[in-house]
Amino acid sequence: MARHKTIRIGCGAGFQGDRIDPAVILAAQGRLDWMVLECLAERTVAMAQLRRLADPDLGYDPLLRARMQALLPLLKRNRFRLISNLGAANPLAAGRQVIAIAAELGLKLKVAVVTGDDVLDRLEPGTATLETGQPVCEFGTPISANAYLGADAILPAIATGAEVIITGRVADPSMFLAPMIREFGWPLEAPTLLGRGTVIGHLLECAGQLTGGYFADPGRKAVRDLAHLGFPFCDVGADGNGTLGKVAGTGGMITLATVKEQLLYEVIDPGAYVTPDVVADFSGVDLIDMGEDRVRVENGTGSARTGTLKVSVGYRAGYIGEGEISYAGPNARARAVLAGAIMHERLHHDLPDVRIDLIGVDSTHRTDFGHPHDPYEVRLRVAASGSTRELAERVGLEVEALYTNGPAGGGGARKFISERVGIVSTLMPRDQVTTGVVRMSTDRQLPQAAAISPPPTPGRT
Amino acid sequence: MSATHRILHDLAHCRAGDKGDTSILSLIAYRADDFPLLVKQVTAEAVASHLKDIVRGEVTRHVLPKLCALQFVCEHALGTGVTTSTALDTHGKALSFALLAMPIELSEDQPGSP
Repeated sequence: MARHKTIRIGCGAGFQGDRIDPAVILAAQGRLDWMVLECLAERTVAMAQLRRLADPDLGYDPLLRARMQALLPLLKRNRFRLISNLGAANPLAAGRQVIAIAAELGLKLKVAVVTGDDVLDRLEPGTATLETGQPVCEFGTPISANAYLGADAILPAIATGAEVIITGRVADPSMFLAPMIREFGWPLEAPTLLGRGTVIGHLLECAGQLTGGYFADPGRKAVRDLAHLGFPFCDVGADGNGTLGKVAGTGGMITLATVKEQLLYEVIDPGAYVTPDVVADFSGVDLIDMGEDRVRVENGTGSARTGTLKVSVGYRAGYIGEGEISYAGPNARARAVLAGAIMHERLHHDLPDVRIDLIGVDSTHRTDFGHPHDPYEVRLRVAASGSTRELAERVGLEVEALYTNGPAGGGGARKFISERVGIVSTLMPRDQVTTGVVRMSTDRQLPQAAAISPPPTPGRT
Repeated sequence: MSATHRILHDLAHCRAGDKGDTSILSLIAYRADDFPLLVKQVTAEAVASHLKDIVRGEVTRHVLPKLCALQFVCEHALGTGVTTSTALDTHGKALSFALLAMPIELSEDQPGSP
């Protein structure tokens, strides 16, 4: 393979609910070789598992249909390949849906589904959690347990030649790293290359957060045309270094500042960013501004991967009830404070963790740093967790009742109820996680009966 | 030399991330010239003190000279974490601007603005 070859990998979604239009622009005009859609946050799998428990054909990303309808025709026309974790808690059902959508659109398509992240049947109840050291079982009955798979689990799916690769839980940067390993023939024991590829995957994985999204601060940090924010791609070379860019004419920007914010985003130790593939070191990365929304990323590094995989465990954590009501005009804050005290008195016996926030005063940072002020309007927020829906619903009912049973001039009451899924993490030895690939095709409406499992590799499983 | 009081927002930008109950706050100097001042004044202890009403655990600082950036890892900062907190901003996404509200002392020869 020629040393000067580069591949272009774009990111068409950075979270479950991300915008679809920028992905369409990338797919249409980005001259991509690969597109990745990252759609799975920590608790998204557990929430998806609840949907799957209610209906065994569900449990994949609810936006799968909309994303595929928009992107599949462009994928066929422009011949790029797509990797996405929107399989969530049910990657096989997601794969079948992608095939069905392709058939509806009159497209011939091959899909490969990565399996094996679901390890609920192997989860030891006594396993210590990373968060507190307490055993997993003390948090409640697990409803989901998913191992973060790495690039090695995605590679056999790529090798099938499928145009769309669907996964459940995989580490986000691994979806970007897998095509680099495939196209450049990197060995899986090359931590410097894997570290560099992981840096690029990490930079791309939140899509618009690299191109000026979540960045603008008027008067300090201007971002042009944020309303039409474009999503990023990277031209990666065989040495693992790359140049970030976006489609000309889209909004947003790629500068040293936007790249630095994203490089450090959610990184607990910049010298040791642990993924299933490598322990990457971001601390020596060089960023070079090439102008015109292009930034060169060089000199990431890494050391050998660990012997374990992180497992995200979801458990039912009851319900959360919320209620809000607004006070405005003279003495607004005092009336809201009085209403909050009344809510605490009426609720705390049954809902001991009841929380009173004054929106406009101290709700977001949970403090006003000792500088109280009297805003023109204040919105009271009351929240509490309850073991049952009925208990949690009391919060909203009591807030609503402030109309006739509380201070003067409350308005705009709203109530909300949501089921909570808690997440804790643990580690699992790699040899307890077996991954596989299931191939599907529009030529053959049903998935192949037998899964293809990669052969076990000593020292790598 | 007289000193002027500013806030970090005048010198640096920040993005907040979360892992479980841990909040991760970057602090990136607009100008390389201001980075030594950030290293000197914005210590882990100073940040822990500034965020004392928010962060209940340890604050660890990483220094990243190539990026002119500091990274603060704040434990027990999100009231049990994204999935079970009753707080409004469960992820602590907005805590970036809590850090940027931190006062800082500038000497007169260090005008410090982006």
